[in-house]
Amino acid sequence: MTNRKTWLYFIPYGLWLALFVIAPVALIIYQSFFDLGHHFTVANYGTYFQSATYLKMTLNSVWYAFLITLFTVLISYPTAYFLHQLKHRQFWLLLVILPTWINILLKAYAFIGIFSQAGLANQFLTFIGIGPQQILFTNASFIFVATYIQIPFMILPIFNALDDLNPAFINASKDLGASAWQTFHRVIFPLTLPGVKAGVQAVFIPSLSLFMLTRLIGGNKVITLGTAIEEHFLTTMNWGMGSTIGVVLIVAMIIVMTLTGDQKPKGGTPR
Amino acid sequence: MKRLVTMVVGLLAICGLLGYTSNRLERSSGSTGDKVLNLYNWGDYIDPSLLTKFQKETGYHVNVETFDSNEAMYTKINQGGTHYDLAVPSEYMVAKMKRAHLLKPLDQSRLTGWQNYDSQFLNQPFDRGNRYSMPYFWGTLGIIYNDKFVKASQVQHWQDLWSPKFRDKIMLIDSARDIMGMSLVTLHKSMNTTDPATLLAAEHKLNQLAPNVKAIVADEIKMYMTQNEAPLAVDWSGEAAEMLANNQHLHYVVPSEGSNLWFDNLVIPKTAQHTNAIYAFLNFMSQPKNAAQNAEYIGYATPNRKAKALLPKSVRDDRQFYPTQATIDHLQVYRDLSPTKVELYNDRYLEFKMHH
Repeated sequence: MTNRKTWLYFIPYGLWLALFVIAPVALIIYQSFFDLGHHFTVANYGTYFQSATYLKMTLNSVWYAFLITLFTVLISYPTAYFLHQLKHRQFWLLLVILPTWINILLKAYAFIGIFSQAGLANQFLTFIGIGPQQILFTNASFIFVATYIQIPFMILPIFNALDDLNPAFINASKDLGASAWQTFHRVIFPLTLPGVKAGVQAVFIPSLSLFMLTRLIGGNKVITLGTAIEEHFLTTMNWGMGSTIGVVLIVAMIIVMTLTGDQKPKGGTPR
Repeated sequence: MKRLVTMVVGLLAICGLLGYTSNRLERSSGSTGDKVLNLYNWGDYIDPSLLTKFQKETGYHVNVETFDSNEAMYTKINQGGTHYDLAVPSEYMVAKMKRAHLLKPLDQSRLTGWQNYDSQFLNQPFDRGNRYSMPYFWGTLGIIYNDKFVKASQVQHWQDLWSPKFRDKIMLIDSARDIMGMSLVTLHKSMNTTDPATLLAAEHKLNQLAPNVKAIVADEIKMYMTQNEAPLAVDWSGEAAEMLANNQHLHYVVPSEGSNLWFDNLVIPKTAQHTNAIYAFLNFMSQPKNAAQNAEYIGYATPNRKAKALLPKSVRDDRQFYPTQATIDHLQVYRDLSPTKVELYNDRYLEFKMHH
């Protein structure tokens, strides 16, 4: 009886998994084996791995995603740490999460307004005597906006990890004579590392294929795999090639997940 | 449990009531009756007052649904389940839909307006003899410049864009066929070439333009140009018309050595059901007075010769949107290329984007 009930509870989750996770991934993999004439082929993968353009684009994507993730971590960790010390921390956290309620496209357009020739940023630069600069359509502005958009997704897991940290460990560390830096470096950081890893997973993969931002903010001066996928699905209608790039991204995701996943020591020496 | 049942029953009752009401409303506005016409059009691409006028004259109510790209429209009609009576594809898409057997031929005996059209816009390679399509608007690809930063004499030809003076000053529309086409015209080649070596040369030519390119963007180009973000842009005349209306410093040039000539056309998809309404509408839109009113509202160039004559002189003599005959003679219409050839254009274009 109980067993049957458990199965009933599994139905919604199972349906969800089958319809919205397994089926789309299976469809993408299936599509990636067809060429323009709907013939079964593995040529798409051949094209991908033999084309200097696609390989360069992949390197580009990984490099930018790495930079975005790096800057996000550098900003988010101190922020989460600081927020965690505050009195009304749930309220401050809410303020950090608030921007995620706004559509990414709206945020991108807002940045266009800020960064344009007559925008706020340039007005400020003129005011302090530097004079207007080209801000839009530069690599720096692209990384800036992408980092801004990804920050909440990094702060949340780090904040939660800090929340889960037992204060007794910190007190013990201090009692045993560790300096503030040593406490952070030896106790707090290692114990909150799972939060950082979760954040990296949530930020790195979407950053690989930010095609809207590469066009709106980067002016297509930054080309990532997302640009190529968009082109294959919308212009050339070569869904096979588009799906192939999609599969490459999925594989990249699996690699990142494995690298950042929890390596539970199996009978190894606990540190 | 009892409360849950009450809630579910209540929700179902509300849904039923809403469904019934919306059904009644639709019926009273006539959109599900027989006297309707389902028009599948680009957004804001017909003067709404013409639709009212059409209903008054003929009794047919027009339901307008909109799409934002030829490809999206194609996919939707191809997948079925729709009941569009008329659609408005661009010329290459007419050829593609024709090949995919998605169009019904026009019944020429029921069309009364052909003599109003300018013959040079009829019988085009994408639809010889206009068996399937009636031109709706036409336009070009050209250069938009801002007279605050650039003199008219500096940008009369495509080659001018390559000048070192314009470093980091040009915005390009993100469209493989158009940007590759621009490069091909500059090299005195056909915009429809499928020769890989020629396309490679066109890519190399574009790579030389890269230092002058500020950004490759889509619709946003209108906003940027209106806000003086860049002094130069390459875009379609339809987009240019909108920019010019919002910034008096902007001007549009169609280089006389050649450019693209594009058409948007009325066609009857396979799914059409209201034959009488369709021909009433096609004839209504061919009437010079109505076509002129529509052209004034949209700001694009009308292929209807008699309608053009009715437009204010400042509009019909505007060389930006109605170029001289010599220029029109050099314009090229895109041919519908096979998917592998389209891919060839896009691959070269992607390389250029990577380079830039």
